[in-house]
Amino acid sequence: MAYVLVLVVLAVVVFAISGPLRTVRGPEDRAGEAPDVAELEAARDAKYREIRDAELDVRTGKLSDEDYAALDGSLRAEAVEILHQLDEARPGEQVPSGS
Amino acid sequence: MDPSRKRAIRLTVALTVALLLATALVYTSFHAGRDEVTASQLVHKARPGQTYILAGTVLNGSVKRNGGVLTFRVRDPKLKMSVPVRYTGEIPDPFAPGRGVLVDVTEGTTAASTYIGQANSLTTKCPSKYQAASGSY
Amino acid sequence: MASAGRVLLILCLLSSVYGLGASLYGVRTDQHEWVDSGRRAMYSVFGMSAIAFVILDVAFISSDFSYNIVASGSSTTTPFFYRAAAIWSTQQGSLLLWVMLLTFWSSLALLLTRRRVREIVPYAQSVLFGFAIFFVGLIVFFANPFAISANPPSEGAGLDPLLRHTTMMVHPPMLYSGFTLLLVPFAFCIGALISGRLGAEWIQVTRRFALAGWLCLGIGLLLGARWSYTELGWGGYWEWDPVENAALMPWLVCTAYIHSIMIQEKRGMLKVWNASLILLAGTLAIVGDFLVRSGILSSIHAFVSDPTLNVAFVVLVSVMVLGSVWLVTYRRDGLSSEHRLDALLSREGVFLIQNMVLVALTAVVFWLTFFPLISEAITGTQVSVGPPVFARFVVPLALVVVALSGIGPIIAWRRVTVAKLKRSFAFPVAVGLGTFVILAFVSGVTRHVFAYIMFGLGAFVVGTVAQEFFRGARARRAMTGESLGGALVALVRRNRRRYGGYLVHAGVAVALVGVAGSTSFQHQRFATLKPGQSVHLDGYTFTYKHPTAVATAQKVSFGGDVAVTKGGEPVTTLHTTYGLYPSQDLNAPVGRFLNTSDGAQTESRVGLDSGALRDLWVVISPNLGQLQGLVSEGDAQIAKALNAAESLPAAQRAGQLNTIFQLRDILINELAQRFVTHPWASTFLIEVSPLVMWLWIGAIIAALGGLIALWPVPRRSRAGALSVRRRPATEPAASPAPEPEPERERELV
Repeated sequence: MAYVLVLVVLAVVVFAISGPLRTVRGPEDRAGEAPDVAELEAARDAKYREIRDAELDVRTGKLSDEDYAALDGSLRAEAVEILHQLDEARPGEQVPSGS
Repeated sequence: MDPSRKRAIRLTVALTVALLLATALVYTSFHAGRDEVTASQLVHKARPGQTYILAGTVLNGSVKRNGGVLTFRVRDPKLKMSVPVRYTGEIPDPFAPGRGVLVDVTEGTTAASTYIGQANSLTTKCPSKYQAASGSY
Repeated sequence: MASAGRVLLILCLLSSVYGLGASLYGVRTDQHEWVDSGRRAMYSVFGMSAIAFVILDVAFISSDFSYNIVASGSSTTTPFFYRAAAIWSTQQGSLLLWVMLLTFWSSLALLLTRRRVREIVPYAQSVLFGFAIFFVGLIVFFANPFAISANPPSEGAGLDPLLRHTTMMVHPPMLYSGFTLLLVPFAFCIGALISGRLGAEWIQVTRRFALAGWLCLGIGLLLGARWSYTELGWGGYWEWDPVENAALMPWLVCTAYIHSIMIQEKRGMLKVWNASLILLAGTLAIVGDFLVRSGILSSIHAFVSDPTLNVAFVVLVSVMVLGSVWLVTYRRDGLSSEHRLDALLSREGVFLIQNMVLVALTAVVFWLTFFPLISEAITGTQVSVGPPVFARFVVPLALVVVALSGIGPIIAWRRVTVAKLKRSFAFPVAVGLGTFVILAFVSGVTRHVFAYIMFGLGAFVVGTVAQEFFRGARARRAMTGESLGGALVALVRRNRRRYGGYLVHAGVAVALVGVAGSTSFQHQRFATLKPGQSVHLDGYTFTYKHPTAVATAQKVSFGGDVAVTKGGEPVTTLHTTYGLYPSQDLNAPVGRFLNTSDGAQTESRVGLDSGALRDLWVVISPNLGQLQGLVSEGDAQIAKALNAAESLPAAQRAGQLNTIFQLRDILINELAQRFVTHPWASTFLIEVSPLVMWLWIGAIIAALGGLIALWPVPRRSRAGALSVRRRPATEPAASPAPEPEPERERELV
C-alpha cells in the first residue's frame, strides 16, 4: 500500500513537473507581461489610489479646496502620463479608458 | 530653508536620538540587570548571607517533593556538576526535569551544601521550546 | 506507511533541489518553461509534504506508538482534538508543519504571479526553494518524524498537560503561518534586487502576503497571551520571555513595513528602507524559529547541546543577513527615491517617524532579549533583565506609537494647512485630553502617570477613528443620498485598506489601554486559607468555601471553590483546580499519580471572572504534603503486592495484577478524597486586574480591521473606479501640464 502510494505520487509529480517542458509553447504563452508594462500598471494603479485618496481627503475635510485642486491636477497629469507610457509600451492593444 | 539643509538637520536629530536611546539602553541593561550564576560559579563564589540568581537546567531524576518542600538539583551548562536546592513556595506549572529555571538562592546552613531557594522566586523558561531533553549530563 | 512518509520527504527534498535549479536555469537561459516547471515543483513539494503530514497525523490520531514521536508526545488517554494537534508539539512534527505551510504560501504566491513580474519570479522562486531545502533537509537528515521503534510501547508518554488547551494548539499554526508568510515578500524583494526590477510591482504583488503574515503573527501572539493568562499559574499574559519576543520582533518590523510601503507606492520614496524592512522581517522570522527551537537563550552553552540544528540555523541567518546587506548596497543607485519628503507635517512624515519608533522598539526588544548572551560574551556572566527593564523603554516608545496612530489618519498626504489641522484635531484632542483630565482628577494621579497618558491617548485614537468613519460616511451620503449606515458600509467596502487600517489603529489603542490598566493597577496577593477562611483584596472578599477532588485515568485534580463578595453582596464563585498527570516512575505506583515523584506534570486551571472593568482571578496550590506519609505507605504496599504477583504462575498473574491495579485506583481515589473530607490549608494566588477584557476586545477589533484591509476589492468595483481621458496618441506632447478636463465617475468615495 505504501509502495503504491509512493509510486502514484511519484508519477503524478513527474508528470506535473515535466508538463511545461513537454508542451509546445505559443508566442502568447511566452510573452507574458513585459516588465515595463508590469511596472507601469503598478504605477497606474497606485496613482488611481492616490487620486481617490485625495478626493476622500478633501471630502472629509483634511485638505482645503485650493490644496486639493492643485494636488488633483498634478496627480491626474501624472496618471495621464503613465497611461501614455502604457499605450506606448503596448502599442498593439486597446487600453480601456477606465480601469 | 534649503531642502538639503532641512534633510541634514532631520538626519542629525534622528541619529542623535538613536544614539541617546542606544546609550541609555546599554547603560540600563548593565546596571539594572541582575547577575545570574551557574552552578559552578555559585559553588566558587557564594558567600553566606548573599542572594544569587541561580540559572540552569533541572537535573533529571533529582526532583523530590516532600510535604510542601521541593528539592531538586540544578546542573551547570558546561561542567558535569550540579547543586542541590531546597525550595518552598509557588511552583510554576512548567517546572519539570530538563527545564530551564531561575531561582533566588542563599547558602544553606543544613548539611550537604544545599542552597535555600527564596520563597516564590522560582521561575521557568517558556515551555513552548522544542528543545531536546537536556536534563542529564 | 512510515516508510512512505520518509520517501515522500526525500522526494520533497529532491523536488526542491530540482525546482531551485530549474528556476535559475530558466531565468539565465530565458527559457521560461523551466521556470514554470520549477513552479510546479513547488506545488508538488506542498502536495507531498501535505500527504506526509496526513500520514503522521493519522498515526497520532490512531495512537500508533511504533512512531517514536507519537509515543513521546501522545497517549491513548489524550483527547481526540489534542491527539490530532499533538503533531506540532514535537520538534519533528513542527518542522513538517513549517514545511507544509511554507510551501503552501509559496505555491499560492507563485500561482498568483505566474503571468506577472516575470523577471522577479524566478529568483523569488529560487529563494523560496532555498528555504524549503533547508527545512526539508533538517527533517530528512536530523529530525525524522517517521522514525520507528522495533518494540513500541503499549502506551505513550502523553501530551504535555500545559499544551492541553485549545488556544495553545492553534497558536503554533498561527505563528508558523505568520513566519512563513513573511518569507514570501522577503523572497520577492530578493528577486527584485537580483533582477534589478526595483519599482513598486514586487510590493504590489506581495503586499497581501505581508499583511496576512502580520495578521497571523498578531493572532498567534494574542492566543499565546490568552493561554498564558488562563493556563499558567502566575496570572500574567506577557512576561517578555525570549520565545514571546521571538514572534513580537518580526511583527513590529512588519507593522512598520505595511505603513511605509504606502509611501513607496504613492511617492516612490523609501525604497532602500522598505527593502531593508522586509528583509529584516524575514530574517527575524527565521531567528524567531531558531530561538524557539534551540534553547540558545538559556545559555550560549546550550548551543552545543544540539549543534547540528543550531549551526544550521546560524548559517542560514548569516547568509540571509549578509546576502541582504550586499544586495541592498549593490542596488543602492537603483533604489534612490523619486521624490523627497515635502514636509514632516504630512502623512508621509508621520509614517516615517512611526517607522523609526517601531524599529527602535524592535531594537530594544532584540537587545534586551539577547542581553544575557551579550553580557556573557563580554563579561563572562549572564545578566538577567526582567520585565521592569523592558517596561522602562517599551512604555514611552509605545506611547509615541499610539499617539502617531491617532495623528496619521487625520493628516493628508503631501501637505496640510494649519487651519485644516486645527479643524481635524479639535474633536479627537478634546476627547483624549478630556479623558486624561477626568481620570486624573477622579483618581488623583500620583503614580502610574504613563498609564493615565495611555488612557488619554487611547481615547484620542478612538476619537480620531470615529471622526474618520463619520466624516467619510457623511461625505458619501452627501454624494449618493444613502442612509448613514448604508454609506458607512459602502465606504468601508470601497476603501478597505484605509478603513480596515483605521480599525486596526483603534483596536491596538484599546488593547494598549487594557495593558496599561491591568499592569499598573493590578492587585495581587498570596493567601494560605483553610475552608471557611477569607482574605480581602481591592475591596473584594475572597472566601475559600470548600475543596474539590476528582481522580480519573488521565489525572488527579485538586481544587477549590472561592466565593467572592463586595460590600457584603455576592459577586461570583470561582472554581480553580490543580491537576496532576502521572509520571512514568514505576517505582512509585501510587506516588506517580500524586506528584511526589520525578517527572510528574502539573497543570493549573484558574478561576476567572471576566468583566468589562475588572477580572477576578484565582489559582490554587494545594499542599499535598499532608498525603505524603499515606502515599509512601501506599507505594510500599502496592509494590510489595506487585512483586508477589510476579512470582505467581502466568495463568494467575494477569488476574492478580488486574486486582492490584484496581485496588491502587481505589486507593488513589481515597487519598484524593481526603483533600475534601479532611481539608487542610491551601495556598491561593489572588488577583484583581482592571481592564484586562479591553486587551482581548482591542485585539479582536485589530484582527477584524486587518481582515478587512486584507480582503480584495471585487473586480467590478476596481474596474469602475476612475476614468481619466487621455489626449490622442497622434498629438505631440506639448507642455508638461495636462490639458483635458478629466472625466470623473461618481463612484469615487
